[in-house]
Amino acid sequence: MALLEVRNLTMKFGSLVACNDVSFDVEKGSVVGLIGPNGAGKTTLFNCVSGFYKPTSGRMFFDGREVTNLPAHEVARRGAVRTFQVVRPLKEMTVMDNILVGAFLRGADADTAREVAEECLCLCRLEGMADNLAGGLPTGYKKRLEMARALATKPSLLMLDEAMAGLTTTEIRDSIEIIRGLKKGGITLLVVEHIMEAVMSIADKVVVLDSGVKIAEGTPQQIVEDEKVITAYLGAKFTERMKRTGGVTRND
Amino acid sequence: MVTAMTLTGKRTKRDLFWLGLLALFAVIPLTPWFTRSTFAQHVMIQVLLYASMAQAWNILGGYCGQVSFGHSVFFGIGAYGTAMAVVKFGLIPWPGILAGAVIAAVVAVAISYPCFKLKGHYFAIATFAIVEIFNRLFMVWYWVGGALGLDYGFTQPGWKNFVWYQTKDCCFYGVLLLFILVFGIVRWIEKHRFGFYLRAVREGQDTAESLGVDSTRVKLSAMALSAFLAALCGAFFAQYNYRVDPPMVMSLDMSMKFVLITILGGLGTFYGPLLGAALLIPLQEYTRAYLGGIGGGVDLIIFGLLIIIVVVYQPKGIMGILDRVYVRFKRSREGGK
Amino acid sequence: MATFLQVAFDGLLNGLLYALVAAGLSLIWGVMDVINFAHGEFLMVAMYLSYWLGFIWKVDPLVSSVAGGAFVFILGALTYRLVISRTIGKSAMSALLATFGLSMLLKNVCLNRFSPNFRILQHTLLGGKTFNLAGIIIPLPQLVIGLVALALLYLIYLLVKKTRLGWAIQATAMDKEAAELMGINTERIYLLVFGLGGACVGIAGGLLPSYLAVHPEVGGLFSLIAFVCVAMGGFGSIPGALLASLLIGLVEAFAGFYIAPVFKYVAVFGLYLVVVMVRPRGLFGW
Repeated sequence: MALLEVRNLTMKFGSLVACNDVSFDVEKGSVVGLIGPNGAGKTTLFNCVSGFYKPTSGRMFFDGREVTNLPAHEVARRGAVRTFQVVRPLKEMTVMDNILVGAFLRGADADTAREVAEECLCLCRLEGMADNLAGGLPTGYKKRLEMARALATKPSLLMLDEAMAGLTTTEIRDSIEIIRGLKKGGITLLVVEHIMEAVMSIADKVVVLDSGVKIAEGTPQQIVEDEKVITAYLGAKFTERMKRTGGVTRND
Repeated sequence: MVTAMTLTGKRTKRDLFWLGLLALFAVIPLTPWFTRSTFAQHVMIQVLLYASMAQAWNILGGYCGQVSFGHSVFFGIGAYGTAMAVVKFGLIPWPGILAGAVIAAVVAVAISYPCFKLKGHYFAIATFAIVEIFNRLFMVWYWVGGALGLDYGFTQPGWKNFVWYQTKDCCFYGVLLLFILVFGIVRWIEKHRFGFYLRAVREGQDTAESLGVDSTRVKLSAMALSAFLAALCGAFFAQYNYRVDPPMVMSLDMSMKFVLITILGGLGTFYGPLLGAALLIPLQEYTRAYLGGIGGGVDLIIFGLLIIIVVVYQPKGIMGILDRVYVRFKRSREGGK
Repeated sequence: MATFLQVAFDGLLNGLLYALVAAGLSLIWGVMDVINFAHGEFLMVAMYLSYWLGFIWKVDPLVSSVAGGAFVFILGALTYRLVISRTIGKSAMSALLATFGLSMLLKNVCLNRFSPNFRILQHTLLGGKTFNLAGIIIPLPQLVIGLVALALLYLIYLLVKKTRLGWAIQATAMDKEAAELMGINTERIYLLVFGLGGACVGIAGGLLPSYLAVHPEVGGLFSLIAFVCVAMGGFGSIPGALLASLLIGLVEAFAGFYIAPVFKYVAVFGLYLVVVMVRPRGLFGW
């Protein structure tokens, strides 16, 4: 049984159909990439799964239990925790306090929470920033803070919404390393990403959305060769480059 | 700055400062300044009372970021609780104090559950409306004394009846207990999970939710606690004045005192409410006593000006100014080395 | 039946007065998303101005209303320059709190200078005059204020919807940054809007001494009722504010007459709570 099962999920805003009958699974221990051009409905899907939107129809199961209409905090409590595409630091709180908010989910004891928070701080390479106000961090750090905060809740499924958008090449490489480390640590990941190279190099499986519809699902290699995906999203240029270099997986 | 300090190694230093402050307050009644002047006693009692009120409000308005202009309702319910026990039922005030506080908390949750759905100004105006409704209803509710209010007859002075006529020493210790209770609770909260959740909800409700924080429950708990403590302050207020009537406790002006003292001292900070009250109450009492000759309202003119200046130039209040001074001081010392 | 109509008519007239007071607030709220807590005190200041003009120079409130409008326009513009402009971009509450400070200041300066006494202007042109229309007694001063309210609301509506300035105001209200990119001086728009909002309430305040006593506390309740009208009507919608004001005038009159005078405001504020619980953005809001 998959850790997360999404079944026939549809989300409408008035007459606009943002997600149409989308189904997919996230297997335990895997990294699943969710990609698609702008406005494909990735973030909407994400908001449904994490409980921020109530889907118009369809069901979702997490860890064998239905989570379809649960409020966001309850979904998080069950172990499916998300980050935000547009970073949302708790501005007037320090980096450490931000992470502590996450850490308190698994127990009210302040000392234990602090230990967990410090681990996550190191894991996401935010050491030395602990006492800075989160609102004043540079973007790259804010993105990592999002991740650290989510990690502190000890999630079984971590959902990253474009955690690498807007980062420099070095920062992206760092983030990829961090994600690899998380996977090794046993965390399942669902990653929405714009940066193709990044997804291709870490994902076990990729789901492609276009205009709210799932158009492809498979290994990165399969996706790269998929006709529909190429026309909808990647474009000829990218496939050219793929062929030249013999696939992205060797690029990193 | 200040919030950061609780988390670095300076915890013990802060504890010492707090205990020292309490010790200072405890010995105040022994000083000649206090014993010689009933006016000074009155001012000190008022400072601690208003500091406690502001701190009670600060839990919800400062730490949790839900600015309520309706706290005089809970303050009033607390005042009526004890006054009803004493005047109507001929009891000692204590059961009334407790009942008033519990009722206030229940009313607060019942009112705020629907109101928390409102955003921004709509929420603010709803809280104004609630104050006006309660004020009007208590004016015509004859069982609780209507517009005339409730007047205490003579009761035996002492701790049992929580009333004193000759001396204000015990009154001062009474309010000091209240102060320690309210500030102690907030200090405890600051260090524990609830405090982190309060601030998380203030800084970003969606973020908090994404981390498993039930923001509705956090807000309602903050509201209940805040109303409970505000009601305790109201009970002291009634005991101290030997009477209660609707405009005295349930009015927009009273509500605004909760808010403005906190804003003046520093929103969402531990010492802010105390600093705000320590500045404002003496200002109010001394201008009334010494500048009464040039017409009424001078204290409120100054207060109004102070509020404008603080909001416009230093939204973090007196704590903000102190922080800035502290940073500059530290920098100049480091520069000297 | 006659009593019913009389009460209804009184309520509507009062509702028009509330609309006149609320119009300026609605404009400011709609364009700047700011609640001016000193709105009622602006009204009070204009009432004092009108009172003293009438008391000293025997100027009738009908004339003084122009002076009231002009004076509060300047007061509003000054308030914007000195206070509001410095709170823009800070937390949503800061403008409200700053204007609350201003309301304390204005109220207590008047209290200090003019004493808390109620002052009534005698021998005004309209004062005490009534006429009878099919069995309904219509007080002339209230009627004049009602008509002025309708005229002024229509003028504001025209100004916002039909003129170049109005378009600039709308653009600023929708998106400040975008409006700036289009070459609109938003700072000046805000200044003007705050002044205009003040002028509306200034005109109301100028007229009011025809039948209402002046005292330092007179503005407080008007402020609250104006907030309720504007919020109930929906974020900055002038027709909404008018409708809400009339509704509130009616509810106030009926509750006052058929239940008990003290329940007037319980009914008014209760109505607000009920409306926003059902429609959290007001009647005309989205």
